[in-house]
Amino acid sequence: MGLRGNASRFAYSAIAVLLALLIGAVLIGASGYSVMEAYSNLLMGAFGGVYSLATTVVMSTPLLFTGLAVAFAFQCGLFNVGAEGQLYVGALTSAVIALSFSWLPPTLRVIVALAAGAGAGAALGFVPGYLKAKIGAHEVITTIMLNYVAISLTTFLVKNYFRDPGPVDQTVLLPSGSRLPELVPGTRVSLGVVIGILAVALLDHVMRRSVLGYEIQAVGRNPHAAEYGGVNVRARTVQAMMISGAVAGLAGSVEAMGTLYRFIPYFSPGYGFTGIAVAVIAGQSMWAVIPAAVLFGALQSGGQSMQLFAGIPMELMTMVQGLVILFVAAPTLGSMLLGLRRRLPGKGGGRA
Amino acid sequence: MYAVRMENITKRFGNVAANDGVHFAALPGEIHGLLGENGAGKSTLMRILFGLYRADSGSIYVNDQPARITGPRDAISLGIGMVHQHFMLAEHLTVAENIVAGCEPRRNGLLDYGRARRQICEVSDRYGLEVDPGARVEEISVGQQQRVEIIKALMRGAQTLILDEPTAVLTPPEVDELFAVMRALREPGTTIVFITHKLKETMEVSDRVTVLRDGKTIGTIDTSDATPDSLVEMMVGRSLPAHDDQRVPPREAVLLELRDVSVAGRKGSRARLDGVSLAVRSGEVLGIAGVDGNGQLELEEVATGLRRPSKGRIVLIGQDVTGFDTGRIREKGVACIPSDRLKRGMVDSLSLARNSVLGVHRSSDFSRRGVLLENALREHAQGIVDKYDVRAESIDQTMGSLSGGNQQKMLVGRELGRPHSVVIAAQPTRGLDVGATHYIREQILASRASGKAVLLISAELDEVLELSDRIAVIYEGRIVDVRPTSSFTERELGLLMTGQRNEV
Amino acid sequence: MSGFADVVFNVNNLTATIRMATPIALAAMGGAFSERSGVVNIGLEGMMLAGAFCGVLGSHLTGSPWLGVLLAVAGGGLVGAILAVFAIRLKADHVVTGVGINILASGATTWLMQVIWKRKGATDMVAGLGTWSVPGLRDIPVLGTILGVHSPLVYISLILIVLGWVLMFRTPLGLRMRMTGEHPEAADTVGINVHAVQYLCVILSGCLAGLGGAYLSLAQLNWFSKDMSAGRGYMALAACIFGGWNPLGGLGASFLFSFTDAIQMRMQTAQIPLPVEIIQMIPYLLTILILAGAVVRSRPPAALGKHYEAGQVR
Repeated sequence: MGLRGNASRFAYSAIAVLLALLIGAVLIGASGYSVMEAYSNLLMGAFGGVYSLATTVVMSTPLLFTGLAVAFAFQCGLFNVGAEGQLYVGALTSAVIALSFSWLPPTLRVIVALAAGAGAGAALGFVPGYLKAKIGAHEVITTIMLNYVAISLTTFLVKNYFRDPGPVDQTVLLPSGSRLPELVPGTRVSLGVVIGILAVALLDHVMRRSVLGYEIQAVGRNPHAAEYGGVNVRARTVQAMMISGAVAGLAGSVEAMGTLYRFIPYFSPGYGFTGIAVAVIAGQSMWAVIPAAVLFGALQSGGQSMQLFAGIPMELMTMVQGLVILFVAAPTLGSMLLGLRRRLPGKGGGRA
Repeated sequence: MYAVRMENITKRFGNVAANDGVHFAALPGEIHGLLGENGAGKSTLMRILFGLYRADSGSIYVNDQPARITGPRDAISLGIGMVHQHFMLAEHLTVAENIVAGCEPRRNGLLDYGRARRQICEVSDRYGLEVDPGARVEEISVGQQQRVEIIKALMRGAQTLILDEPTAVLTPPEVDELFAVMRALREPGTTIVFITHKLKETMEVSDRVTVLRDGKTIGTIDTSDATPDSLVEMMVGRSLPAHDDQRVPPREAVLLELRDVSVAGRKGSRARLDGVSLAVRSGEVLGIAGVDGNGQLELEEVATGLRRPSKGRIVLIGQDVTGFDTGRIREKGVACIPSDRLKRGMVDSLSLARNSVLGVHRSSDFSRRGVLLENALREHAQGIVDKYDVRAESIDQTMGSLSGGNQQKMLVGRELGRPHSVVIAAQPTRGLDVGATHYIREQILASRASGKAVLLISAELDEVLELSDRIAVIYEGRIVDVRPTSSFTERELGLLMTGQRNEV
Repeated sequence: MSGFADVVFNVNNLTATIRMATPIALAAMGGAFSERSGVVNIGLEGMMLAGAFCGVLGSHLTGSPWLGVLLAVAGGGLVGAILAVFAIRLKADHVVTGVGINILASGATTWLMQVIWKRKGATDMVAGLGTWSVPGLRDIPVLGTILGVHSPLVYISLILIVLGWVLMFRTPLGLRMRMTGEHPEAADTVGINVHAVQYLCVILSGCLAGLGGAYLSLAQLNWFSKDMSAGRGYMALAACIFGGWNPLGGLGASFLFSFTDAIQMRMQTAQIPLPVEIIQMIPYLLTILILAGAVVRSRPPAALGKHYEAGQVR
């Protein structure tokens, strides 16, 4: 039953994406651009050749983490819209640790810096988790507010304490021993993507096999019954939000240490928010985060080349993301579309 | 002429026919009892009449005219009103607002609260339905809420009034008051359809009775021609075996004790529980009798650790467990059957297997070093399904896909199937059909027979009388009397439950 | 230290407070209508953004800022209608839908800006609404400074908020809205069309947030810039909750938020020796603090966030 459920969900997600792209095509056409040119550039930019594929992987990597972070919190009934802010504190913390702990041997230095980034994300995740558990403050609003705080705070810290003496507000470049190793030489595909997949595997195991995951699921689906079953609802809420924050923090760490090699204020094009779309598509399954992240990574990298070569603004991809979230969130939309098809004459011959 | 007539009504939910070719007809100005066991299809039939469900087939006539009822609006305009078993009242709004919503008196486009109040008082004076229009619904008693519902229907010009199990939530004196109102309503010609599964009440108040069983009409007879025995025959069509009641003399060991336990109310209001002291001994059932909302929920929550008492101690097998959370109390050997099965008892979107260990999942039987032992857990779930006769296709299906009775069996199996010495059973058979009710009561009696101490909290007075060795009556958060069951009369209990201590 | 006191205790802060509270209070009232009818509205941000954009678009196309305002109301209402269809008809999770709408609105407005104006960051200037100075009122000392000269939308909004309160608590329709959000089954059984009421409330909420957006782009500034709502929609939701799902309460909460914002802005211009980024954090931190304190006391509509379908009465 579970397998069938996953398969039909996957099919429905694919339909939702196609539908969103279809609406995108209408908008492109209505705005006077060529749909063919736009979408061929989109496709080529995402999958056409080694360089494009590498770009897609690079774009997917942070989404793998932010999507996983949001999906994990979903299981506890929490909507973590704060991945964006958690990503910023993670990125800055990792960059600063990687720069200042230069006395550590490289491998250890990278591990410590990653752990520190995750820790910073977890710390930022703690705040909305605690406010939700203790007072009932809606995590959607608190995480959004914390995004603004985190972005301002990291900018402030870079400007005032960790600034590269050059003309730009950013940290200095990480030395090679502080970077995540390249996986494919000559591209920016780093070890980060592997760490991301390992994180998915780990959290999938936690969710499906461990007592912690069981309790988090119980809290997410029925906190009253969980409490009756002796589960510490507040503790699980805070823990789920911290784990989610840690994973989102890692997204920033991996960006800073594997792609940018430094921290730059306002570097994220909204990875945290796209992570929401990734998680909504992935639904209940942690593993489904991977294809979902690749999908949005591809839209991102393809969108770039669409903008570059066809002159079509990338924001179209933001719209497509929003539409995908809407379509996937509407469970009855799929059955309505299927029902519509069934009612059309000549297709499938009516009801069985 | 009939006030309402329903012919050949069929309504299916999935594969189950809740109504299967049902016929029903009520005369103008009569009180018509609609009798049947839980699940016989009474409520479904009346919801169809009120437009909440659409029948798959069949026809409806109002005053002999064919009627098309596609929603409550149609039913209301045809002069049909319904008081639901679970009241349809917005608790945060006032009585007046609840009554006039949908048919508001207006002045200059604004809601005329003054006129609303006058209209309400007019109706309430005529039929003796006393209410306070300005009070919030959450502040008034259940009996008053029912009156609000009746006024609501009458203000919309109801000629036919459907009352769905109206006595289930009332005390004996309140039942008498309701019957008086019903008779008063009959005088000017209002038709009343009275849904119930209680014979005694049907015999007392109705003019004619229609009996449903398994979704079919068994027959309609004049109440004067009926006897309780003939009605039982029509209702059940079979007889249930008596409970295998092996009473053991209660031993002296007190396993669960509440000492002077209080729960404070909201600021300014009286305490929810006020100095409650109870002791439950090994091998006995102590039943709590009372009208819903007199502290039963708080008692359940305090005893199971969901709520900390503001005063007093809770002692379990000689150990002070005051302030322990539910998890720790259950570890100490307390089996808990919660009053709100869906809310507290289970996670309906998780599988039977996962639900079967909720609350014991941390024990070494089901997890080791933080990892669930999947095989042990599945075996355990299968064991419960087999032993407690849970009708399920697989332990991988979700809890929510089971019927209420099977959910409750699963839950009872989970709780009674693990080592325990005390049982706290709150509303254990609420909303279940006859078979499941019977089965679950047997399980509770079996627990007692094996020397457990059982605290039974139930709004069904019949259930308390049937199962308890001793009864404690609760009223406004206080225990007003505790005695062996045999020493109470029903009248005495009724008076005590409504706080009329002096008359006992 | 006296410099600091000058910054905080300055009449101009109150003038600025009223200016900045207006869009938030409008959207907060929108949130109150939507949530009173049972639909969670995280999408206020997107509705506001759509309003801000449509306002500039209308003014750009017609040359009349007032037609821009009308288009803003319509645009916000349209986004509200999208939320309504998904949350009510298609039974999508309200919060997820709202977030989707915000992302959609952010992308759509920026896309259209680039398509229409061929610019990335902000549009060209358009005709704005200007200010009204109210004769009589403006001449009263202090009060005149605070209330006398504002954008016409400030006065219109204050009137709308009072009317909104009357609608919600003193009219038959308002009672039906509240009944729907508290107990949809009860509403249904007395013949109230639950979904129609919800559609109305959510679309109305979009119109109000859109009007708030028009204030940002046609009264505070005379152009549209990318993501110019900058979290005000979320603040409006916080103000709605803090204000007890009541238009007047929401107005009060908006005043409080905006007062800190006004001080924050004055601190920036007054060259208080605090970094800009730190000062900018203040309103957001305050929102968190207020929300944390507010939830304890306020009680949301009982059926908020639930889906209702006729015939599911139990």
